[in-house]
Amino acid sequence: MSIDMAQFHQVFFEESFEGLDIMESGLLNLDMGDVDAEDINTIFRAAHSIKGGSGTFGFTAVSDFTHILETLLDEMRDGRRKVTQPAVNVLLGSVDCLREMLTAIQNESAVDNASVAEHKLALEIELKGGALLTSPHAEPAAIAKINTAISLNEQGWAITFCPHVDLLKTGNDPVRMFRELSTLGELEIIVDLRGLPDFYDYNPEECHLSWQLNLLGQVNIEAIEDIFDWVEGNCDMSIQSLADKAAKVAQLSAVDLVDDSVNPDEGVSPAIQLAAVETAKSTKEESKAAAKGSSSIRVDTSKIDTLINMVGELVITQSMLSLVGEHFELGKLDQLKSGLAQLERHTRELQESVMNIRMLPISFVFSRFPRLTHDLSTKLGKKIELKLVGENTEVDKTVVELISDPLVHLVRNSLDHGIEMPADRIAAGKPEMGTVTLEAYHRGGNIVIEVRDDGKGLDKHKLKTKAIEKGLIEKDAILTDKQIFELIFMPGFSTAEQVTDVSGRGVGMDVVRRNIQALGGNIELISELGKGSTIAIHLPLTLAILDGQSVAVGDETFIVPLGSIIESINVTDKMVNRVAGKGETFRLRGDYLPIVRMHEIFDVKSAKAEKLTDGLMVVVEGQGTRYGLFVDDLLGQQQVVIKSLEANYRRVEGVSGATILGDGSVALILDIPGLVRLSNQ
Amino acid sequence: MINADADNKDQSTHVEPRSINALQFLSFSLGNEEYGVNILRVQEIRSWEPVSRIPNVPSYEKGVVNLRGAIVPIIDLRERFDLGRAEYTPLTVVVVLQAEINNKSRTMGVVVDSVSDVVDVDKENIQRAPDFGTKVSTEFINGLASVNERMVMLLDVERLLKLDGIDDCSTDVHEDEH
Repeated sequence: MSIDMAQFHQVFFEESFEGLDIMESGLLNLDMGDVDAEDINTIFRAAHSIKGGSGTFGFTAVSDFTHILETLLDEMRDGRRKVTQPAVNVLLGSVDCLREMLTAIQNESAVDNASVAEHKLALEIELKGGALLTSPHAEPAAIAKINTAISLNEQGWAITFCPHVDLLKTGNDPVRMFRELSTLGELEIIVDLRGLPDFYDYNPEECHLSWQLNLLGQVNIEAIEDIFDWVEGNCDMSIQSLADKAAKVAQLSAVDLVDDSVNPDEGVSPAIQLAAVETAKSTKEESKAAAKGSSSIRVDTSKIDTLINMVGELVITQSMLSLVGEHFELGKLDQLKSGLAQLERHTRELQESVMNIRMLPISFVFSRFPRLTHDLSTKLGKKIELKLVGENTEVDKTVVELISDPLVHLVRNSLDHGIEMPADRIAAGKPEMGTVTLEAYHRGGNIVIEVRDDGKGLDKHKLKTKAIEKGLIEKDAILTDKQIFELIFMPGFSTAEQVTDVSGRGVGMDVVRRNIQALGGNIELISELGKGSTIAIHLPLTLAILDGQSVAVGDETFIVPLGSIIESINVTDKMVNRVAGKGETFRLRGDYLPIVRMHEIFDVKSAKAEKLTDGLMVVVEGQGTRYGLFVDDLLGQQQVVIKSLEANYRRVEGVSGATILGDGSVALILDIPGLVRLSNQ
Repeated sequence: MINADADNKDQSTHVEPRSINALQFLSFSLGNEEYGVNILRVQEIRSWEPVSRIPNVPSYEKGVVNLRGAIVPIIDLRERFDLGRAEYTPLTVVVVLQAEINNKSRTMGVVVDSVSDVVDVDKENIQRAPDFGTKVSTEFINGLASVNERMVMLLDVERLLKLDGIDDCSTDVHEDEH
């Protein structure tokens, strides 16, 4: 009897990716000085399950690779090997490589053998230890066998250049870049055509080629990087010194010759592979990956159990109701009423639980940032601490999926351009260690994600000058601070001076804003020169349900989010004061709170309560400000389904959304912080 | 997809086969004037029902209603075109229009006095709206057509549905150069 193993693949992939996440966070948390054996154990176990799983399913490439990784970890676990930063970096690199391999297998696309071989090589060098590296008996014959094109004495660079499919659309032409490269030295170009699709599927606007370039001669690496600067975000590439490459190969062969206990084949094979695969990368089918990735969701079993219980209850209620209905007589009216009440409760609970399934903690997005910070701060030579706040804030799955790219962009911005170099920070009287904070919280019907840094902030004057230079605004335009910061999000503002754009990748903040707006959200930037910047993303919680308090103002009904209500009181004349004859305040337990009259700011003609003593004061809090919202009456508490006003209409100041009441009419949900702004105008 | 046979049958049921250039418009009246909208933009016709007012917006934006779970704004066309206000009666009609704006489908109801007819207009018979300068705003008028000796002003639904400040359509999206 044969079992179709393919049905388990999805589970394997999900588990493996989880395992990789565990390994990654484990590696990042390793404290070099004092390594906890348990930490290593956790990493080891994760690696071991991946190895076991991939072996079972016949993904030998993965299991072979993991085996080497595991061996290294095993030695660390037993204390035979010291945990060093370089070793950890190699391990982190391998985790990335494994993830790529698994993604490739999952999408049934070609595995990038070149990078696998490279990482394998790095692991094996690490495994064989540094001690032997002092005697690199380069065996000319062995090297010649491996790669005739590269000799140890050769000076130059091996460049692997694998553009993404959309490279040509960004206006970059590889031919032009190669021409420029060839002015630097003798250039060998090997093109890999394997990524080319069939003629009928071929879209001439897409780039499916990749290249292996050997640039011979004494060339500065910066000169090469300059040429590829524009395409950095649109390709996978590596630049390696030919001498290094040869030396690495030679080292390995030398190690093999000395160390007989290791099977010589095993050691040489990756090197041969390295030469043989011509370091070709097949074009990544990213769109395909995205489509496949979004097909499933992992749900907590307890959530499903609740759901099943509720459906059970619903069925019971339904059968009870149909029994009542079958032989209905007036005497059964009470029974019918209670049945309907039950039905209502169950429906609401069921609705809530179904919504809950789609909700994921934002930590799914946040979890990648410690690694990003680690890598980037090392690369940039900065000291940066990343703080994550509100990781358990739940958001809709679609939001989780779509927000991560813009967020990566913003965090990279903060790390790259926001935080200064340690020396500059000390000179500015700030702690050497910069802080980037990622915070998520709910506000009204929105989820707010903030990226804060305590870096150098943005120079308003500079921004304005730049915008005038670019012709985005008039020379004598008078702009508020907010409008100046808005400039950053304008298309075409990305500057060569890199005031804000991400390392010259040519993808500006306008793209970030467009993505966020596509999600129905908005983005704001506040910055103070020398103190840091805060970028806040406001996203609507689609399908979200809100606990609301309905209030009456005249014959209109509004919903106040229950979470922002502190209390509701009747004010007496004694409590009310006027500031400068105009602004009204009232005293509540020693605090003077401003009064916002709903009927005034929303211009409700039919309001019943004119005098403050006639109506009710709802004490609300939003974004750190507390104030009294003056309404006619409180109606009742209920859960409301948040509907977007913007889908067919537009954003209305002071209103965060709308909902449909039981009688089918529409009620507006108040935006508590927005009302203060409105009343101040 | 309708197969060719069904298509032919469909055609044959028409007494007069319409020319390819014919467009169908739903005509309605506002005061003494007659307007038309492309019938493909009309989702449904409803009677007036009370709306939920939206604070601090122009008076022609009457408010929002619940249209089968979606929040849909209602615009008074008389007020939008400065034709004076009319009392709403149970006979007042709301025409629900739908258009694609910035790749997003947008729905909106417009209040009109009464719906008159569905008229066929040949593309060639549509005249451009005359230019009155700033005296009369013709920004929503696509063209003029005459139907049975009456003049019908054909409205640009897309333009109409773009409320002030709804979309920043003015800023075209430029692709980055590099």
